[in-house]
Amino acid sequence: MKYLLEIWRQKNRDTAGSYRTYMYETDSASVTVAAALSELNEKNELTDTDGNITERIAWECSCLQKKCGACAMLIDGRPCLACDTRLSESKKGRLRIEPLRKFPIIADLMVDRQIIFDDLMKMQLWAESDIFADDRNNSVMYEASRCLQCGCCLEVCPNFAAGGGFYGMSAMVPASRLIAAMKGRSANDLKKRYGRAVTDGCGKSLACRNICPAGIDIEGLMARSNAAVLWRLFSGLRDKNQ
Amino acid sequence: MKKRNGSGCGFEIDLSGKTAVNIVGAGLAGLSAALTLGRAGVRCRLISPMPSERAQSVMAEGGINASLDTMGENDSPVQHFEDTMRGGVYLADPNSVWNLCSKAPETVNMLFSLGAALRTENGRPVLRNFGGQKKKRTAYAKSSTGKILMTALTDAVRRYEAEGLVKRYPHHRLASLEINDGECTGLKVIDLHKRTVISLSGSVILASGGMNSLFPGMTTGSALNTGDAAALAFVSGVEIANPEFIQYHPTTFPITGKRCLVSEAARGEGGRLFILRNGKPWYFMEEKYPELGNLMPRDVVSREIEIVKNDKNCGGKVFLDMTGLDRSVWENKLSDLRDECIGYLGTDPAEKPVEVSPGIHYYMGGINVDEHHRTNISRLYAAGECACQYHGANRLGGNSMLGAVFGGQVAAGTAASEIIADNTGEEESEPDEKIAIMQPVGIPERAARIMRDSLGIFRDGERLYGAVKEMQSLIDSENDTLQRNRMILGKAVLLGALNRKESRGAHTRTDYPERDDENFRKTTVAVFDGKEIKVGLRDIPEKRGE
Ligand SMILES: Cc1cc2nc3c(=O)[nH]c(=O)nc-3n(C[C@H](O)[C@H](O)[C@H](O)COP(=O)(O)OP(=O)(O)OC[C@H]3O[C@@H](n4cnc5c(N)ncnc54)[C@H](O)[C@@H]3O)c2cc1C
Ligand code: SF4
Ligand code: SF4
Ligand code: FES
Repeated sequence: MKYLLEIWRQKNRDTAGSYRTYMYETDSASVTVAAALSELNEKNELTDTDGNITERIAWECSCLQKKCGACAMLIDGRPCLACDTRLSESKKGRLRIEPLRKFPIIADLMVDRQIIFDDLMKMQLWAESDIFADDRNNSVMYEASRCLQCGCCLEVCPNFAAGGGFYGMSAMVPASRLIAAMKGRSANDLKKRYGRAVTDGCGKSLACRNICPAGIDIEGLMARSNAAVLWRLFSGLRDKNQ
Repeated sequence: MKKRNGSGCGFEIDLSGKTAVNIVGAGLAGLSAALTLGRAGVRCRLISPMPSERAQSVMAEGGINASLDTMGENDSPVQHFEDTMRGGVYLADPNSVWNLCSKAPETVNMLFSLGAALRTENGRPVLRNFGGQKKKRTAYAKSSTGKILMTALTDAVRRYEAEGLVKRYPHHRLASLEINDGECTGLKVIDLHKRTVISLSGSVILASGGMNSLFPGMTTGSALNTGDAAALAFVSGVEIANPEFIQYHPTTFPITGKRCLVSEAARGEGGRLFILRNGKPWYFMEEKYPELGNLMPRDVVSREIEIVKNDKNCGGKVFLDMTGLDRSVWENKLSDLRDECIGYLGTDPAEKPVEVSPGIHYYMGGINVDEHHRTNISRLYAAGECACQYHGANRLGGNSMLGAVFGGQVAAGTAASEIIADNTGEEESEPDEKIAIMQPVGIPERAARIMRDSLGIFRDGERLYGAVKEMQSLIDSENDTLQRNRMILGKAVLLGALNRKESRGAHTRTDYPERDDENFRKTTVAVFDGKEIKVGLRDIPEKRGE
């Protein structure tokens, strides 16, 4: 089967980009976009369908097994992992492959996702003292440990803009691990920050719900963490009124 | 000046703000080193081409070993030590292994106290069976143990990033090491986003993972772990030890560009290997090894698979039968594995046996380090999978994450205690469009074929000899420095295998099928003098009395 891959090519942030089409042929129905990109890059000369010789395609990958989030990109308009998307999923044998658009571009399919990590830092996601998983909070802490920080959820979120005050699900998920385990004052402080950076800004449209390539139970985690935050507010009010 | 205790490593350090330690690699070993230094108040830089979330450590599945003895089996560090030494066929440094095993409960408890979501019962980590060990000793979180440990460590290190003690260089690749007169004074890194070169001074801990670029398409690990840092170190005069010991994991299946792992946990939970012999399933491991059966050490299982695959009476394909596993096991312990088989193979392992074959999974050899994780170059250290330590001729499942976390702590402690000068210099070049972001994933195909053909599970002298010669001619005609360095490292692996005229652990020579303790219970050490690779054997230290 022959596939036509329309790939966004852009040398760097300062030059304009455009789509270039490349032909890729395979007999296997299980070839992923990541495998196709790797193979194109292994060629001695990478030639597009107009016969132009082009440079290697800049893109990121590490695990090739949907475990690291490196290869997130837009495929036919949908944010997903290139190593988790089969060419055969495209109906017409034609795929449009472009970088995530909410993040500054570096080159081709590679973007700078530093904002995700900066937001975790701003939210002060760490514990000052020891925290423990126990039989009760274990499954929540496990689920909340699984975020790939890939950015797919941010790409579709109508309320997320890089540098804005709403940090999105890539902050909600890891925060939930700490909220489930932390106790005392530092837990309350974290819940305050969580409220500001997540609860307040989220429109609950759940556009992000079926996007997460790790299949994280975003709704379940958010419901739990939001409840913990509300409980803090509520018990805070009660204390004041007494 | 702040004074803190370097956690777990037993060092009292008081060097706050004085200098920088440069850590190359942000997986378990790199993060563990950064956390240790952060806790001790020592400044460090954490360098990696992509953030920690993308490091190979997040892929680790089955678990991490420690004789926590939460299962009432009377396990102890001594038994962990004995299993590790036996598994490594007595090639590891016994003092290092004792440090590792005696501190393992403390190490895993440290991770647990960071809120690592290990599976618990009554608030304590549950332990599972793993290959080569008779007791339940492996703490886990479904089949995503590496990921949950990495999340806990990443969050813990973030605190020290905020304090300014750990500075991340998260899109930076190692370009060169500054080594003069046997001393390392810093390194250069490439900023892949800005396309600049940054010179950084200070001592260096390499924590850069395995050497997958030497075996393109054959490995279960990450494409980021090219081995380029180790290759660079090697051509700069750093010793490599035991490179011939390469672990083939017995149960993997191919997906494009790499191999996918079926964790040993699948056998730990009751998965059974079989091949069709005269049309009937033959559970060859259970028949040949009644005591440990499917849970024999990896080298043994991989060899047996190769043997039965080539048996004329058998059907050629080996399967792993997991259809007998309880539903609760799939749900609670192996759900990720099941998803993976369905996603990449189209087979539900709960319904149908999965075809498996061995794939390259771990490098026991690597940068030669002593008990304190020092290399032969002063102020250059190595930890984690890029280093040769703890695992001897064969690594036990669950011991490498332990070795990475513990090794990172020890390397950090040593680096901190050996700092000599106030040395935090940093200089950045102008951007240069010629700096390439993308690199070839593997060595050129001809070189890859040499490695593949001569460094399989069964090896022989004649083929290795030819491979060494052929590799040298490829090196002579290679103009690309990166590929040349990789191939020089590849040649050291070949020479190590050629030189070791015995069979031990992961190294099986058909022309020398016996283990030869007298001549070869020794460490292979390879060093490059700029022209030639010299390979020798060095004595293994004696175990000290406790
Ligand atoms: C599928 C799979 C399952 C596994 N399961 C288990 C298990 O159950 N139990 C167990 O104990 N072990 C397991 N292992 C092995 C274990 O994961 C690794 O040995 C361990 O995580 C290595 O940690 P590390 O810190 O040394 O390296 P890694 O986590 O591989 O990190 C290497 C770091 O170095 C960086 N780096 C690489 N090259 C350069 C360079 N040139 N410049 C700058 N930075 C560089 C990388 O980006 C990365 O940050 C498994 C491995 C795989 C592949
Ligand atoms: S629910 Fe809507 S607003 Fe909230 S994170 Fe998801 S997409 Fe964004
Ligand atoms: S929540 Fe899911 S989509 Fe969002 S960053 Fe994490 S893994 Fe990616
Ligand atoms: S390469 Fe890791 S998720 Fe695709």
